[in-house]
Amino acid sequence: MTKPFNSSIRRQMDKTTIDLSGEINALAEEELQSAYAEAENSSSIIVLNFSGVSYINSTGIALIVGLMARARKVHRTLAVYGLSDHYYEIFQVTRLADFIQIFPDEASVMV
Amino acid sequence: MSTWLQKSWQTLMGKPESFKQAEAIAKKSSMTAPIKPLDLDLSPSDPLMAYLLSVSGVVEIDRLNLNSPALQKLKQAGVKIAVPLITQGELIGLLNLGPRLSEQDYSSDDRRLLSTLATQAAPALRVAQLVLQQQVDARQRERIDQELRVARVVQQTLLPKAIPDLAGWQIAAHWLPARAVSGDFYDFYPLSDGRLGLVIADVTDKGVPAALVMANTHGILRAAAAQLISPGKVLDRVNNLLCPDIPPNMFVTCFYAVVDPATGHMQYANAGHPTPYQRTAHGLIELRARGMPLGLFPDMPYDEKETVIAPGDSLIFYSDGLVEAHNPQEEMFGNGRLMANLAAPECGEKLIECLVNELNDFTGPGWEQEDDVTFVSLERLRAPLGENPPDENQVILLNTSIPSELGNETQAMEQVARAVQGIGLTAQGLERLKTATAEAVMNAMEHGNHYQTDKPVQIEVKVSVGKLSVQITDFGGRKDLLDPQTPDLEAKLEGLQSPRGWGLFLIKNLVDEMIVHPGSTHHTLELVLNLKEGKS
Repeated sequence: MTKPFNSSIRRQMDKTTIDLSGEINALAEEELQSAYAEAENSSSIIVLNFSGVSYINSTGIALIVGLMARARKVHRTLAVYGLSDHYYEIFQVTRLADFIQIFPDEASVMV
Repeated sequence: MSTWLQKSWQTLMGKPESFKQAEAIAKKSSMTAPIKPLDLDLSPSDPLMAYLLSVSGVVEIDRLNLNSPALQKLKQAGVKIAVPLITQGELIGLLNLGPRLSEQDYSSDDRRLLSTLATQAAPALRVAQLVLQQQVDARQRERIDQELRVARVVQQTLLPKAIPDLAGWQIAAHWLPARAVSGDFYDFYPLSDGRLGLVIADVTDKGVPAALVMANTHGILRAAAAQLISPGKVLDRVNNLLCPDIPPNMFVTCFYAVVDPATGHMQYANAGHPTPYQRTAHGLIELRARGMPLGLFPDMPYDEKETVIAPGDSLIFYSDGLVEAHNPQEEMFGNGRLMANLAAPECGEKLIECLVNELNDFTGPGWEQEDDVTFVSLERLRAPLGENPPDENQVILLNTSIPSELGNETQAMEQVARAVQGIGLTAQGLERLKTATAEAVMNAMEHGNHYQTDKPVQIEVKVSVGKLSVQITDFGGRKDLLDPQTPDLEAKLEGLQSPRGWGLFLIKNLVDEMIVHPGSTHHTLELVLNLKEGKS
């Protein structure tokens, strides 16, 4: 039933997209940090693709907040797309949406 | 000396204020006609009294010239000399002698002898008087004790002969008068619509005066409760009936409640009585309602309040004799100690027994009870497992437990999601419930059970009309904040705070109500979704 977290990186012209899948919880930390570090080194714009994410818990929210803090510190632009309605609401409730650009899908990402 | 004793008469009198009842002892002389006792009334204001107290030894009556009715009487009776019997400065009698048969004056030897006799006889007479008085007092006390024993039996007949037997409820009472009779009472009134009236009252003072007012109040309350349902109106009527007749400086404190055993709904009003407590799963509730004691002022308003007694809740009604009891160190039992005992889980169902034991421990052996002590407890029992739930419209959708292992919250979340299929949650409502459940289960596994695998998390999902409830129970040991602070996202993004700390905040924002049920052994977080409106 548990869907382990996975990530893959796609380097594009002006940005790097990290495709996330599975559950973002405490167990995802190491891989997420590692993927982000790799993306950070290759591009100034990093896009997180949540299309394959089935579950984010409060620890997962904390991991995303950590990434946002890190991006601010080293002047990277962070954007997300592919959030389900529910997690879009979670981003609103937690006010993450105030500090990160959210797009419905990859085609609409304009950073 | 025997000559003058035989030929004269004497009157021994009691204390001056009781001279009229003085016992006269007249010796019959074998040589003369019987001598009538002298009925002498020597009032404290009579100048003879002051004179007798001021002299020592024999007084020659004929030589006295005082404006004294008693002296006049002595002279008319033919008394020649009188010897005051004085002990400890108090005139307790008078030895009166008529003329000597030899018609000679009393000699100085006679007078000395009489003086000596008086000095020795006075204390002996005093002792005799005290013994007599004690015998009289003892007989009187015995009579009063007997009357009080009867009064106590009569008063006990005014208390309920049996505790009402209500299915699903447990009622207990304890009545401990400070004296033979009491000003405290309690009563139950089965009402025609199936509800139960319950009263506890305390008349000021104690003993017989309080008991008499108690009997009167008891009757008036019964009559009012039979005619009126509203507790506030009952107290209003009783107050107006008591006011004209109650003795000055007396009043009655009284708490009156009407309970519906079917629903647990209770209306109540209070006339200055100590506030009862309701013990609930959420803690203690004080059942406050404003109102003056009965019998002080007519036409007083009595606030009427209501509460719902849930299964597992207990109510305790008590008189001030409990909270105002003192121990040998002069400390008061107090409301704090009462509340601590009510909150103690070990008190459980035996609430009154527990409180009585606590009171006995507090006051210690040989306690001289200062005031009447009365308790009444009312408990709504939990429905035993397998029987109908207390709310007939309530359905349990899920009752399960999961081990406290990292990641198991998703398992719990999916089980709850399956359980609530078909109750009409929107897709958004379902997702909110799933996330809130997962967060609560994580919280329970981490902070309640510390991820100990032998300590599972209990999950119960219930639905009733318009309401879905998910209860997540762990093994306690912490306090959840009922109103978690909104995380400071700016500070987290600046790296000034940990990025964590979203769990309770998320739960609170995803459900309509988040209720914490703390306990000493278990801790429950209840998530509530309103199904008609709200976040469902």
